[in-house]
Amino acid sequence: MNGDAVVVTEVEKVFGRGSAEEVTALSGVDLTIAPGEFVTLIGPSGCGKSTFLRLIGDLLEPTAGSVEVFGKSAHQARMDQDYGMVFQHAGLFDWRKVVANIELPLELRGWSKADRAARSREMLDLVKLPDFGGHYPRQLSGGMQQRVAIARALSFEPRLLLMDEPFGALDEMTREHMQGELLRIWSETDTTVVFVTHSISESAFLSNRVVVLSPRPGRIHSIVEVDLGERNEDTREDPRFFEASTEVREALRAVEDGS
Amino acid sequence: MSAGRLRALVPPLATGAMFLGAWEGGVRLLGIREFLLPRPTSIWAQLTGQWPTLRHAGWETGRIAVSGLVVGIIAGVLLAVLTTRFRTVNEGLTPLAVAVNATPIVALAPIFNAWFGITGTLSNQAVVVAVVFFPVFINTAKGLAEVHPDEIELMRSYAAGEWTILREVRIPNALPFFANALRLVAPLSVIAAIVAEYFGGPQDRIGNVITSNAGFARYDAAWAAIAVASAVGLALFASALLLERVSMPWRLAGVEGESTTKL
Repeated sequence: MNGDAVVVTEVEKVFGRGSAEEVTALSGVDLTIAPGEFVTLIGPSGCGKSTFLRLIGDLLEPTAGSVEVFGKSAHQARMDQDYGMVFQHAGLFDWRKVVANIELPLELRGWSKADRAARSREMLDLVKLPDFGGHYPRQLSGGMQQRVAIARALSFEPRLLLMDEPFGALDEMTREHMQGELLRIWSETDTTVVFVTHSISESAFLSNRVVVLSPRPGRIHSIVEVDLGERNEDTREDPRFFEASTEVREALRAVEDGS
Repeated sequence: MSAGRLRALVPPLATGAMFLGAWEGGVRLLGIREFLLPRPTSIWAQLTGQWPTLRHAGWETGRIAVSGLVVGIIAGVLLAVLTTRFRTVNEGLTPLAVAVNATPIVALAPIFNAWFGITGTLSNQAVVVAVVFFPVFINTAKGLAEVHPDEIELMRSYAAGEWTILREVRIPNALPFFANALRLVAPLSVIAAIVAEYFGGPQDRIGNVITSNAGFARYDAAWAAIAVASAVGLALFASALLLERVSMPWRLAGVEGESTTKL
């Protein structure tokens, strides 16, 4: 693959410009993400991490600076459907069965019925829900719904996956299980992942790099490199995992202290 | 399932039978005179005796109600879609619609007679349309607008345009809201048609059968016409419920049995 997955240069985002409620959500942000990397964005609330993710996805436009995704403008990348998106709220459509939810992006791209069916079967296997295609979303648990959302985001094989606190609404056990599943899927599909979280352990466990943001205005405070290699449930008790968590925690403390 | 359904029918049917029995017995025992409150058996006698007249009246009034219902629904839904799609229309129109919806529209029936003619059915239909339109418009517009922001962002991430978002997200999202409006306006359309008929229109309709019989102190016959009107209203309400079930299978899913499975 040639070039970087995401290049963010001198980005600033101001909401309500010129009004009394003007807020600078992000200022002077530079970040380059390599293809196949798993990067998490972490920081206290109001640090603009969700805004950052939406700028990469062209769901928001930067006030200044530029965002490039796979060497083109973020807008072009969105138009080319180069990325999949997963939210905290699974956002499955109640009126579509699980398979039809997974097939929605394929439908919008004009795939044939047979191709769609084949792909959604593959995706259900990937997220380990092979028997639930005919269910409606409301018949599934929160964790299962989130897996369907991931299957939907990956169904058209995007090279980039943008995730906004996708496991934030899940209980601790389900959450850890989902983290393992996500890493397995990531290693099987060589997708680039940008993942927003407010959980220190989640960021340390999942990523190659943890980008720590400071609030008002949102800036990159520091970047913590993590190398846990192949991860499994034992990794959670590995000293290197504790070290990485500690490093992220200290960076966040420094953010709170304003240093 | 069907056994459970049948069992669910027993309490209301028993209550209804007890109510009619108490009515019949009460009127006889207390010696209430027939012109004040006719006995159910007298009403039944009128119902069967005047069945051709009543059936015709019920059918014609039902047609007014249904035609007004269809026009009002189509207009309400179309305008809701337009206001959702084009924000400027929305900002001007919605507060006005909410205000108009709070006014008693049937009160306009005599005025509609002046506008649309007192002898034809058009003014009666117009009253039904006006009564049906506003709840349908307001509820549907709400359902089209109240979509989770994540769902809109998700569609935008697929490079979907506004029309696609309307088709794939807003319209299905609005269905339950529309169904609520339908439950409301289906019986309301019959009420509106009858009240409109009190003021004008052809003389062989439920509204006129009620007023003319009451005018000649034939209260048992007036009650028989009211019973027919209730049946028409119930039939429309039942159709609304049926339509709701058929159009939204996902709302029934998982209600019976325990198909929700843990991770």
